[in-house]
Amino acid sequence: MDWGQILNNTASFMLSAETIGFMLAALGLSIHFGYAGLLNFGMAGFMAIGAYGYAISILSFGLPWWAAMGVSMLGAIVFAVVLGIPTLRLRADYLAIVTIAAAEIVRLLFQTQLFDRWTNSADGLGGYHASFRAANPLPTGTYGLGPWTYTETGWWARVFGLLLVALAVVLVWLLMRSPWGRVLKGIREDEDAVRSLGKNVFLYKMQALIIGGVLGALGGVVIALPSAVIPQYYLPSLTFFVWTALLLGGAATIFGPVLGSMLYWMLMAFLSGVLPAMAAEGWLPISTTQAGNLRFVVVGVALMLLVAFRPQGILGNKKEMTFVK
Amino acid sequence: MSSDELAPAPHDDHEILVETQEVAPTHEIHATHDLATGPAAPGVSKKDPILVADHVSRSFGGIKAVDVEHLEIPRNAITALIGPNGAGKTTLFNLLSGFDQPDSGEWSFNGRSLAGIPAWKAARRGQVRTFQLTKVLQRLTVLESMKLGATGQTGERILASVLPFLWRAQEKAIETRALDLLRKFKLYDKRADYSASLSGGQRKLLEMARALMTEPEFVLLDEPMAGVNPALVQSLLDHVIDLKSEGMTVLFVEHDMHMVRHIADWVVVMAEGRIVAEGPPREVMMDPAVVDAYLGSHLDEDIGVITGRYDEEGNRIS
Repeated sequence: MDWGQILNNTASFMLSAETIGFMLAALGLSIHFGYAGLLNFGMAGFMAIGAYGYAISILSFGLPWWAAMGVSMLGAIVFAVVLGIPTLRLRADYLAIVTIAAAEIVRLLFQTQLFDRWTNSADGLGGYHASFRAANPLPTGTYGLGPWTYTETGWWARVFGLLLVALAVVLVWLLMRSPWGRVLKGIREDEDAVRSLGKNVFLYKMQALIIGGVLGALGGVVIALPSAVIPQYYLPSLTFFVWTALLLGGAATIFGPVLGSMLYWMLMAFLSGVLPAMAAEGWLPISTTQAGNLRFVVVGVALMLLVAFRPQGILGNKKEMTFVK
Repeated sequence: MSSDELAPAPHDDHEILVETQEVAPTHEIHATHDLATGPAAPGVSKKDPILVADHVSRSFGGIKAVDVEHLEIPRNAITALIGPNGAGKTTLFNLLSGFDQPDSGEWSFNGRSLAGIPAWKAARRGQVRTFQLTKVLQRLTVLESMKLGATGQTGERILASVLPFLWRAQEKAIETRALDLLRKFKLYDKRADYSASLSGGQRKLLEMARALMTEPEFVLLDEPMAGVNPALVQSLLDHVIDLKSEGMTVLFVEHDMHMVRHIADWVVVMAEGRIVAEGPPREVMMDPAVVDAYLGSHLDEDIGVITGRYDEEGNRIS
């Protein structure tokens, strides 16, 4: 078993574009679920809108990268409003059902032949990188430290992504220490009580849905920055991976989503290295491909144990975040 | 009503006996009984009503839960809403506070129509409610819950919230007011605890204190004494009486007739969705219709020992 290779790969996922995108999406989800109590199971939809909004704006409409990101954010706002108007008056469990369905509708709309001209249907989009790379202020070359050695384009996507994460962390921190965040937490606890105190609960929930959704869309953009946009990526399972990252770190915490995303992707990378290697050594009675997929089983079990025994996550406060009321 | 009438029958639990006797004589608390313009009758108009409701009805399936022809709530007085279970008291509460929409009807608060106004807007106009099943914000601290109650907070607007210098001064003022109220409601020492850690009675106190943070004119209390131990009942009663002396109007639902008699200036009796009687407590409680429908003819009598009990060996003991 090549431990060096496995650990190297694991460490490199600490700073992958996917990890950084997950940080943003998980931060968005922490606003939804951790602070406002909104059970949004449609984060993949927001991420798809972000990624496609970015790619289509550049490829079909020739917008510069920053304007394309604006389109992504606008798309997320529109999606949040359309989703929120009928569902935010419903109980939390109905919101969960509607969001998961809405995210699937979004994915299938991007996948269908009908809009092939813009979306390239099932084949997805690529080759939209020129504009973003042209804005790269970093010196050319391949540099870095150990497992974190990238080219200047690789660094640019990561540095930019981390900058967005830093901004999002500051934004969530500012919001949640303010009276606005207090109202949101009150809504999480009992929205009728908050309503009886003269707060427009619907408006707050909508604002939370929009802000979290925009962060999700930016996460989608960051993941798409160095790679391509493929509709099959935005399956409901993506939503649940983000949820796992969020719950791992701590749903009602500022740094929980950041830490959780890192740990989630490092764990996935570690397992996808170790499990096939174990199968190859004959320690597991299964093929290496089967062993590779076993990581989802392990992560699923880990998620269950987490919710049962440490619902507040790694950074959370046991008293504040628990699933037992 | 004299104070010895208030004393419970001698076999009562000692604690309760002490509690009840501590209640100040009611004639000092009660306003003069001339809140109404005419003789007490369902729908009688008041000299200075804060809330006027007309033809309010609400059905659930085939059952008319509320069917109120006319109701006026007197200003700066304590009005009790009583009636048997299922009489529509809480439904009427929900309608008046905007938590439920009526099938038909019109009502106004301070002369402005409230029909069809959502709950949060009604609250902003100065009428606040509490809930029969206490709604504490479990994973907020006591102080946070209190501060949430304050209205007109700049920091609650999304754009201003990220600029703390815009709301810091206001936040300080709100905190001072919240701490004062917590001191008054004997929750000051609990201020940093999560509300979930409070006892049932403390939760009732917190809910009332939180409601007062909105600086209301009209307070609707849905069974404020339900599940509260006798030691806290007295303190809650005092708080309700204080509301009136501070110029507020109170409407409360309650099953505890002692409390109703002690503090209510006016009593409205509901049965099967309708208002069957209203008037000053003493008159209403002697109204044969009310006695039949709700109080029962043994209100002030000892209902006797429980019969039909058996000991472990199966011998009848009472």
